[in-house]
Amino acid sequence: MELTTIWFLIVGVLLIGYFVLDGFDFGVGMALPLLGKDDTDRRVIINTIGPVWDLNETWLIVAGACLFAAFPEWYATMFSGFYLALLVILLALILRGVSFEYRHQGKGREWTRWFDQFIFWGSVVPPLLWGTAFANLIQGLPISRMDNGGWLFEGTLLTLLNPYGLLGGITLTLLCFTHGLVFIALKTEGDMRQRARSLARTVGLVTIVVAAAFLVWTIVQHLENPTLPLIIACAAIAAVALAAGWIANAVGRDGWAFTGNAVAIGFALLAIFSALFPNLMISTLGDAESMSIAGAASSQKTLELMTWVAVFTMPLVLAYQAWTYWVFRKRISRDAIPAGAH
Amino acid sequence: MNEILDPLALARWQFGLTTLYHFIFVPLTIGLSLLVAILQTVWVRTGNAKYLRLTRLFGKIFLINFAMGVVTGIVQEFQFGMNWSNYSRFVGDIFGAPLAMEGLIAFFFEATFIGLWIFGWDKLPKKIHVLTIWFVWIGTVFSAYFILAANAFMQNPVGFELNEERGRVELQSIGDVLLNPVALTQFPHTLFASIMFAGVVMVAVAAWHLQRGQFVDEMRTTLRFGAWTNILAFIGVGLTGHELGMVMTQTQPMKMAAAEALYDSASGADASFSVFSLGTPDGAHEIFSIRIPYLLSFLSNGTFNGSVEGIRDLQAEYEAMYCGGADSLLTCPTDGQFAPIIWVTYWAFRWMIGLGALAALVSAVGLWITRKNIDLPKWVWKVAIWSAPLPMLASLVGWIFTEMGRQPWIVFGVMTTEQGVSPGVPGWAVLVSLAAFTIVYGALAVVEFKLIAKAAKEGPPELESSDSGDGEPDHRQFATVY
Repeated sequence: MELTTIWFLIVGVLLIGYFVLDGFDFGVGMALPLLGKDDTDRRVIINTIGPVWDLNETWLIVAGACLFAAFPEWYATMFSGFYLALLVILLALILRGVSFEYRHQGKGREWTRWFDQFIFWGSVVPPLLWGTAFANLIQGLPISRMDNGGWLFEGTLLTLLNPYGLLGGITLTLLCFTHGLVFIALKTEGDMRQRARSLARTVGLVTIVVAAAFLVWTIVQHLENPTLPLIIACAAIAAVALAAGWIANAVGRDGWAFTGNAVAIGFALLAIFSALFPNLMISTLGDAESMSIAGAASSQKTLELMTWVAVFTMPLVLAYQAWTYWVFRKRISRDAIPAGAH
Repeated sequence: MNEILDPLALARWQFGLTTLYHFIFVPLTIGLSLLVAILQTVWVRTGNAKYLRLTRLFGKIFLINFAMGVVTGIVQEFQFGMNWSNYSRFVGDIFGAPLAMEGLIAFFFEATFIGLWIFGWDKLPKKIHVLTIWFVWIGTVFSAYFILAANAFMQNPVGFELNEERGRVELQSIGDVLLNPVALTQFPHTLFASIMFAGVVMVAVAAWHLQRGQFVDEMRTTLRFGAWTNILAFIGVGLTGHELGMVMTQTQPMKMAAAEALYDSASGADASFSVFSLGTPDGAHEIFSIRIPYLLSFLSNGTFNGSVEGIRDLQAEYEAMYCGGADSLLTCPTDGQFAPIIWVTYWAFRWMIGLGALAALVSAVGLWITRKNIDLPKWVWKVAIWSAPLPMLASLVGWIFTEMGRQPWIVFGVMTTEQGVSPGVPGWAVLVSLAAFTIVYGALAVVEFKLIAKAAKEGPPELESSDSGDGEPDHRQFATVY
């Protein structure tokens, strides 16, 4: 396999890691105002992701850096092209990130409420915009080749806000929401667990309908695409996993429900990457304008070096991150929250 | 109106603002994680609860600050693509590699172990738990190295070759990139400066309480620990700064000339260091100055009889090198000027040294006058408290010097800053993001400062005994409080 293809896969894996992992803590953030009846509830909810949200978000930073190193053209064109969308994502991530640390440091209800708001909106906005951006990537965008060999995005923020793009955004947001609810059910006890489960049943149904619509629309758009069989296969696995996750949640098998959702998010993204392959950005201005994986990649030497780094570090990363999840495997209950520790 | 919406100028302001802001928090993260790790280690080894309480106090300050370092770091990574996409395309093959290595090797590691440290008090054995904060520190140090190696490529590009066809630089030797002499000297210099900052924060917190006669035992320990840290780190800053100055003279002679506002080449006694100088408005002629002979020669070359090139000679040299030949399209700045803004570099260089030295002086005097238990007048404590921002300001002006001194290049000798800006990003979009970052960062700066001040004023927390009744302090409380 070409090194460029391998790096397409590595970046894909990092992005899947990001959306599966940060995905559930986005969902937990969305659930905060809905499931958190009082301060202790909200502390329980936040503590389910307390030890891990930061390392989950790191997957984005690493994915971004690897994308920069392996596909500088993609990094440059996409990030300057999606300028305002990315700005909003960054602001959301900033406010969300500080809120976990700051909400309990100040005095007074007003203070805490502000930061809870930031956690909620900071959890809704990123998946919404990322989903929109990814859907647009495979739908095609007005990008053209420049004289100096690079690519230029010629649209605006409004270019991204089309029905298919927005449906992609809503789909990813809902997937994260369900994922977060199931995670809360998995990590808590008693009343909170029951409430999370029952909300996950309702939200899960909506998610299944919306996600199915999005995946069907994706397939229809790519009927001519040589990778169609792969898109259909990934979409089918995602759909089955999502449905299985819903059933597992309904019968009270939290672990299986969470696994089902994780697989669904992973394969939904794989369907998107399949639709993209062998391009990184599909141009609506003509096939010759599209950015191919090979055309946007770094030199062979850089890719070789980065492959070695990835081969040595990724198993280690997975090992210590898995250990972290193991250390914090216990369920969290209201009793574990000392009075005054909000 | 067009001038206000110039994407290049706005992108430069945004980069300067977001980078300096990021650089307030990162040094404190690097320095304070080390000091907290030391405090916790002392507690684990001695069992003295005083050190546990100090660990908890400074751990809290560390975490408030850490959050800001992380979130402002995300902006750093993405704005290369947002505002500097031509630069990113051009150098991605090389510049991206250390960033990706930072992520894979250092950042994952740091982010994982910080979670384990914060929430792992009651879940990990004491000796394993203290390792997690050491791992956090090691992560920050590696992280700093990779970022400085990436920056060093901009200061002194090595290990690359130009691919004309693709219009980019390509990696030749990762060894050269990672062992760039600028990175090797910049790294310890930055590391020591960061530790200084953390030391002075401890001194300030201690002084605040000692002035009020609270927590006297804990705070005397803190004061002396912080002051010693600060002084030892300052020695490191000075020695490495000298090395860095010599590397800089070799690799970026214009920066050294600009640091000294040296227009004409000089050697020996004439290569003097001006402590203070006033010049004509255009900066080319001096009206008054206080000078130390030979010192500039020593700073730049390590000997007293070396010579230092001046701005005029270098300008002529660069014009011949970059503006006449076949490469001119790639490298000649449009206005043909190869010197940075002299008054900025001149004063930033002096403030960097002066503020750092002042911080160390306060600590040295403080150590001397607090060696016995004596009552000190209030103003003495006030001085100690107000010394807290000195190393931070020194670091900030140090970075202003480093980055402004690199101008007009974005990659020295290879690409100019104006060539690196994103095509196709309208000025108003950059203005919107500049305004948004200014507002959000400004508000968060107030919040962060208030929270740190509040945590500092609360002082070291009381420890409740655990339910098991073995007299051990209850660690569980940390797990949910942070």
